[in-house]
Amino acid sequence: MSAPVSSIREPLVLGHKTYHDITEDLVSPTEKAPPLSWILVFIPAVALLSLGTFAVYWTIYVGIGTWNLNRTINWGWDITNFVWWIGIGHAGTLISAILLLFRQKWRTGVNRAAEAMTIFAVMCAGLFPMIHMGRIWNAMFIFPYPNTRGSLWVNFNSALLWDVFAISTYFTVSLLFWYTGLVPDLATIRDRAKGVRKKIYSFFALGWTGSAKHWQRWEYLALILAGLATPLVLSVHTIVSFDFATGIVPGWHTTIFPPYFVAGAVFSGFAMVLTLMLIVRKVLGLQEYITIAHIESMNKVILATGSIVGVAYITELFISWYSGYVYEQAAFFNRAFGVYWWSYFGMMFANVVSPQFFWSRKLRRNVTFTFFLSILINIGMWFERFVIIATTLARDFLPSSWSYYSPTWIEISIYLGTFGLFFTMFLIFARVAPVVAVAEVKHILKTGGDQYVGEDAVKGH
Amino acid sequence: MKKRKDIVYGVYSEEHDIIEAVREARSKGMEIYDVYSPIPIHGLDPVLGLKESRLHIAGFIYGLLGTLTAFLGMSWIFTRDWPIIFGGKPHWAVPSFIPITFELTVLFAAIGMTVSFYVVSGMGFGVDNDVLDKRISDDKFCLAFDNDEVDSAEAKQFLQSNKAEEVLEKTLKA
Repeated sequence: MSAPVSSIREPLVLGHKTYHDITEDLVSPTEKAPPLSWILVFIPAVALLSLGTFAVYWTIYVGIGTWNLNRTINWGWDITNFVWWIGIGHAGTLISAILLLFRQKWRTGVNRAAEAMTIFAVMCAGLFPMIHMGRIWNAMFIFPYPNTRGSLWVNFNSALLWDVFAISTYFTVSLLFWYTGLVPDLATIRDRAKGVRKKIYSFFALGWTGSAKHWQRWEYLALILAGLATPLVLSVHTIVSFDFATGIVPGWHTTIFPPYFVAGAVFSGFAMVLTLMLIVRKVLGLQEYITIAHIESMNKVILATGSIVGVAYITELFISWYSGYVYEQAAFFNRAFGVYWWSYFGMMFANVVSPQFFWSRKLRRNVTFTFFLSILINIGMWFERFVIIATTLARDFLPSSWSYYSPTWIEISIYLGTFGLFFTMFLIFARVAPVVAVAEVKHILKTGGDQYVGEDAVKGH
Repeated sequence: MKKRKDIVYGVYSEEHDIIEAVREARSKGMEIYDVYSPIPIHGLDPVLGLKESRLHIAGFIYGLLGTLTAFLGMSWIFTRDWPIIFGGKPHWAVPSFIPITFELTVLFAAIGMTVSFYVVSGMGFGVDNDVLDKRISDDKFCLAFDNDEVDSAEAKQFLQSNKAEEVLEKTLKA
């Protein structure tokens, strides 16, 4: 007899799995020696990380003069990369928190990897504000602590300080959310392991027993953390946008920035989740857990947020024209047709035009097309931040101080180094813990999987 | 003093079977030691008679603590401890305190609740609680009776007549 399926929803777990099959499929990759494909990706990741480590060392040792920033363009690749990585870090919490509140069951296939991705992306992002200070050994001055200088406090009215609080809170909450979700799965690995491995996983599984009361509290905790993380994820990129919007530079000083940044962050974050998950799905053979239905759902989010971003770009242009204020108009004219015109049109094409292909169901369900488009969107969103930051600064108030900027090899190496950090961390994570949330997939097996037992179940398919 | 618990437990493969067994045991007035499962069983809590968790109340209190710490802290620093004028704005610039107040509310609530969860549940790094059955974290559901509360022969008989696939005994370090 074939398994019953819901008559209205596509199953989210395929292949007639039992609970035990799910454990086997998802946990066994952590128990075997790494496959060749893993090693072949791990080596270049560590190489990039080493390059980046050297470039950061060189920046600190020689000074910020190793970068090509100048008096006019004082934020370049550093802050562009910071905003880009932070944006990528938004998808994880969105998938885990907002989709949990909306009871979207497809989140279970991708939430674990997306949360891990968030944590690693925020680590990459956090590096840039630290090193762009120039004197990193004074970095603790950004925290308000009683000191022998007065006590002289930090400026709580500054958007840059709000950023410090927003990002450190975001990192902490994401970490707690991710680890708490991971505990039952670590217990699964612990109960299968032997010897030293068992000792290590026992330590990290925190003594999980699967008791009914623990599960009850665990679900409460997840739900409330989700409720807290939902406004948090919106606040973080809002505050990042304040870094610009509270300034007086034409092109930065706009009230549209908070919603536009948040939509852009979700847009780029989902693109990165897709890039990563399509690779993981292929390498680990998880096609039955990350199905075409998952990919299509994520592509729908990309289409929605991409369209919001497109509307925001066009609204910005319209408002600068409608303001009747010649300097605001000039700022946007320079943005589109000035020295950095290529980044503006790159951004417009990758972020506004390309997601529109996802109106087609056929393309939304095409894995190869999705993969290439996700990379294109990542590039486009990097251009967006570069356009906002460097292009705006390049044409500031006095034409006599107008300038041009291109990065040095040190700046490029630091950026490549963050890719090294990101992929090294993710690859290690994929070796030591299941990349798909085991307990959560089991939980939806009978409500959202192909063994659906609800009232509208149809027999056979 | 380490107390040991002698447990009799039945192993199940289906959520609805174990829920039925729990309901039957409760109607007979048998004291259930615990129910263990690989996934949260929805609908089990009322049948088992579990009270609602109070974690959310704790979370609210931690959050309030964060709100007050941030808002009162910034207010004291900028009006009493070291007043500085920034851009001609008043010392007590309430709107610009909102972002940090919000962030610390979330931070305090999240850390407080997570720590409370682990402390109350007796979990933490390096804690090695005794696991009743290794298959619980894989695919089996277990209904456990404590011999001090329910006679072991009665428990075994009950489990056998209530769809348990296996009936086993184990001594847990309490």
